[in-house]
Amino acid sequence: MDGKVAAVQMRDITKSFGPVVANDKVWLDIYKGEILALLGENGSGKTTLMNMLSGIYFPDEGKIYVDGREVVIRSPKDAFDLGIGMIHQHFKLVDVLTAAENIVLGLPGRGRLDMRAVAAKVREISGRYGFEVDPMQKVYDMSVSQKQTVEIVKVLYRGADILILDEPTAVLTPQEADKLFAVLRSMRDDGKAIVIITHKLHEVEELSDRVAILRRGHFVGDMPTAKTNAMEMTNMMVGRPVTLNIERPQPKDPQPRLEVKDLTVRDEDGVLKLDKVSFTAYSGEILGVAGISGSGQKELLEAIAGLHRAEGGSILYLDAQSGEPEELIGKDPRDISDMGVALSFVPEDRLGMGLVGDMDLTDNMMLRSFRRGKGFFTDRKGPHKLAERVVEELDVNTPSIETPVRRLSGGNVQKVLVGREISSAPTVLLTAYAVRGLDINSSYTIYDLINKQKERGVAVIYVGEDLDVLLELCDRILVLCAGRVSGLIPGRGATKRRVGLMMTKLGGGAEDE
Amino acid sequence: MNNGKVRVPLLHISRRAALPWYKAWGIRAAAIVLALVVCGLITTLLTGEDPIALYLSMLDGAFGTSRRAWVLMQNVAILLCVSLAVTPAFKMRFWNIGGEGQVLVGCLATAACMITLDNVLPNWLLIIVMLAASLIAGGLWGLIPAFFKARWNTNETLFTLMMNYVAIQLVAFFIIIWESPAGSGKVGIINQQSQMGWLPQVGPNRYMLNILTVALLTVAMYVYLKYSKHGYEIAVVGESERTARYVGIKVERVIMRTMIISGALCGIAGFLLVAGTDHTITTTISDNRGFTAVMVSWLAKFSPVFMVFTSFLIEFLGRGASEIATDFGLNEAFGDILTGVILFFIIGCEFFITYKLHFRGFKTRGAAENV
Repeated sequence: MDGKVAAVQMRDITKSFGPVVANDKVWLDIYKGEILALLGENGSGKTTLMNMLSGIYFPDEGKIYVDGREVVIRSPKDAFDLGIGMIHQHFKLVDVLTAAENIVLGLPGRGRLDMRAVAAKVREISGRYGFEVDPMQKVYDMSVSQKQTVEIVKVLYRGADILILDEPTAVLTPQEADKLFAVLRSMRDDGKAIVIITHKLHEVEELSDRVAILRRGHFVGDMPTAKTNAMEMTNMMVGRPVTLNIERPQPKDPQPRLEVKDLTVRDEDGVLKLDKVSFTAYSGEILGVAGISGSGQKELLEAIAGLHRAEGGSILYLDAQSGEPEELIGKDPRDISDMGVALSFVPEDRLGMGLVGDMDLTDNMMLRSFRRGKGFFTDRKGPHKLAERVVEELDVNTPSIETPVRRLSGGNVQKVLVGREISSAPTVLLTAYAVRGLDINSSYTIYDLINKQKERGVAVIYVGEDLDVLLELCDRILVLCAGRVSGLIPGRGATKRRVGLMMTKLGGGAEDE
Repeated sequence: MNNGKVRVPLLHISRRAALPWYKAWGIRAAAIVLALVVCGLITTLLTGEDPIALYLSMLDGAFGTSRRAWVLMQNVAILLCVSLAVTPAFKMRFWNIGGEGQVLVGCLATAACMITLDNVLPNWLLIIVMLAASLIAGGLWGLIPAFFKARWNTNETLFTLMMNYVAIQLVAFFIIIWESPAGSGKVGIINQQSQMGWLPQVGPNRYMLNILTVALLTVAMYVYLKYSKHGYEIAVVGESERTARYVGIKVERVIMRTMIISGALCGIAGFLLVAGTDHTITTTISDNRGFTAVMVSWLAKFSPVFMVFTSFLIEFLGRGASEIATDFGLNEAFGDILTGVILFFIIGCEFFITYKLHFRGFKTRGAAENV
C-alpha cells in the first residue's frame, strides 16, 4: 500500500435487522494518521457499520481486524480495550457532574479518586490538541459544543487511537465547526485514525483525507478526497447524476401575511426564550430563521402555531383576501383552524409531534382532517386517497399505505409529514429543521416542495441549521441570538461569516458591511 | 487479545420485523401447548396425579353440566364487560386500575334504587332508573381522577387505586344501613318476594340477558374504538399527547370524556351483577374483576374481539383450578400454580414474537465460509 498502517480492516461485514440488510459484505479500511469521511444517504448503513466497530451491534457475518489481528467486539468495553472510541450524535453525559467527573465515570480504579490528577490529565490532553475545556465545569452549564468536546476528551482519556464521530457538526455553529476541524487535524497529525460520518459534502472536502462511500448497505468505493469532487461523490452516493443547485425565484407580489410584534415567550421553567421579537413574513417569500440551537427558534414557531403560550406581544395574521388582521395569540391550534387560518407546521420532532409513529400512513393523514364532517364516525377514504397521492407524488419509499410510519426511513417520514402539511393548501407554512438528518436526494425534494409553496404565494418560515442552505434558499434571513433579533438581512448576497457572527453576538457582523 | 481464538457471544438478541400473523399465532399456540406440558410435569412431580385426568377434571369443572357452562359464560360476560370498560382508558395510556371501585359504585347505585324505589315506580321504570343510576355513579367515579389528572396532572394510577378503597368503604357503610335480617351484617336478597328491579329472564337461561348485553357492548366498543372520531382521538392521545395538541385535540377534554365512558361501563357491569344475577350487594361482589380486567385487556392488546378469548381463558382457568382442588383433594393454591404457569407462558411468548435469538452455533458456520 502507500506505507500507511491500516488500523482497522473490516471484511465482508453483514448486518440485518429483520428483512432489512443494513450492511451487505462491506469492506472498509481505516488508516492511522488519516481522516476518513464516511459518506452515504440515510439508511445506507454508515452508523450501523460504525456501531459494530464500537461494540453496540454485533455483526451477523464478517471479520474485523485491528492492527492486523482478528478481533471480536462484543461490547463497547471491548471496543475501548482495542482503542476504539465513538462520539455519538446524542451526547451521553451526566448533567450534574463536572467535565472531569464525566470523563472518569465508569473507569475502573482504586478506592480513592484523585480528581486533581484527573483534571491534570484532562488539561494535558486538551493542551496537546487545542481543546478548550475546563475540567471543573458542570455539564449543565456547557454549550453544545463544549459538551461535544467533553465527549471527545472522554474517549481520548481512555486511550483511544481510533475515533469515530457521528455527524459531529450537526449541532455546531460554523465557527465552532471550524474549531472542531482544527482539533481533528491536530489529532490526525498525532497519528490517530479518525472517521467522521456526515452528509455534508463541503465538510468532507474541507476536512478529510480520504472518503469512503456506502449506498444502500453496499460499499461503493473509496478514494483520496483530493482526487474527487462534490459532483462525483454525490453521484456515487445516490447512484445516478444529481444537480446540486437550489433554486431561488424572485418573490412574486409579496404581501404582509404575518406580523409579529414584541413577541415574548418563556419556557415551562420560566426562562426567557424570546425577548420582544418583531418581524413581518410576506406571502410568496421564504423567511429563513438562523441561530444557534436553542436560541428561541422552537418557541417562535410554536407560539405562532398556538402551541406555546406567549407572555406578551402580538401575532397578527393578515387574511389573504380581505387583508383583515386577526390576533393569533391566546388561540390554540383548533381555534386557529376554526378561524379559517390555513396554517401548516412541520415541527422539528417529526415522530413525537408531527406524526404518530405507530399509526399507518392513512391514519397519519387523518390527523389534520379527521374532524371534518358532521358524523360520529371518521372518514378514512379521503385520507387513504391523500396517502396514496403523497406516496406517488413525493416518491415515498414504503412497503404499503398500511405500514406504521415509524418503520420508514427519516427522509420518507419527512416526506409524509410535509406532504400532509402542504396538502391543506396553507397560506402560512412553518418548517423547523425540515431537512435535518435527510440525505441529499430527500433534502432536494424538500427544498423543491418548499419552493413550490413559495410560488403558490405561501408565506414560508424556514428554521434551518445549515447556513449554506439558508443562504441559498431564503429570500430574507432573520437571525436570532439568545431569544432576540440579532438582524434581518436579505438572503441574496449574505455571507456565511456574517450570519455566523450575528448568531453568536447581537448585531454582530455589522462591521463586515 | 484472545490468542487468536475467536469468541462469539453465546447468545445475542435482535428485534424482529413484523411477523406474519400465522407465525405469531403459531408461537402463541406453541406456548399454550408447552404450558400444558409443563403443568403436567409439575402435577406429576408434586402430586403424583395423572395430568390427563387433571385436565379432564378442569374441562368437567367448566363445562361438565349445562349449569356449569352457563355460570362460566355469565362470569366471562361480566369480566369481559369490565375489561371493555377499562380498555379505552388504557388505549389512552390512562392507567385506570380503579375498575373495582367503579363496578362497586355501579352495584351500590343499582341496589340503592332497588331498595328505596321498589314501591314507588313500576318495574320497567325502576330498571331504567337503576341502569341510569349505575351509569352515572360509575361515570362519576371515573371522572373524578380524570378531572384531577387533566387539571393538576395527578397520578392516575394511585388515584384510581385509592378510589377503590373509598368505594369499598362506602358499600360497607350502606350494607349496615340496609342490613337484613337485622344483625346479620348482610343485605340479603333484595326484594325477594316482589322481585322488583330484577332483570327479566330472556331466552333459555336467566344469564342469557347479561351475556347478550355484553356481546352487544363488545361490538359497540369495537366500532367505537376503531371507527369513531372519539376512538381516533383516544388513540392519538395515547400514542403522543404532543401530537394530539399539535393537531388541536383538547387533551384534557378527551381524558375526562373517556374516563366517564370507562367508569360508566364499569357501572353497567355492576348493574348486571346486582340486578341480573346476585340480587344482593357485598363488598366483594366485584370479586377483583376490576384488576383481572387489566390483565384481560393487556393480553388481548386492547382489542375487544380478542378480549372475548382472553376473558374466557382467565375464567376457564380459574374455574378449572378450583375444580381440581375439590376433585383431587388438592389445595386451592395448586390450581393457582397452574394458572400462573399458563399465564407465564402466554405472556412470555410475546418476547419471542418481538425478538429473535441468535445462538453461537449458527454464527460460526456463517463466519467459517468467509475464511
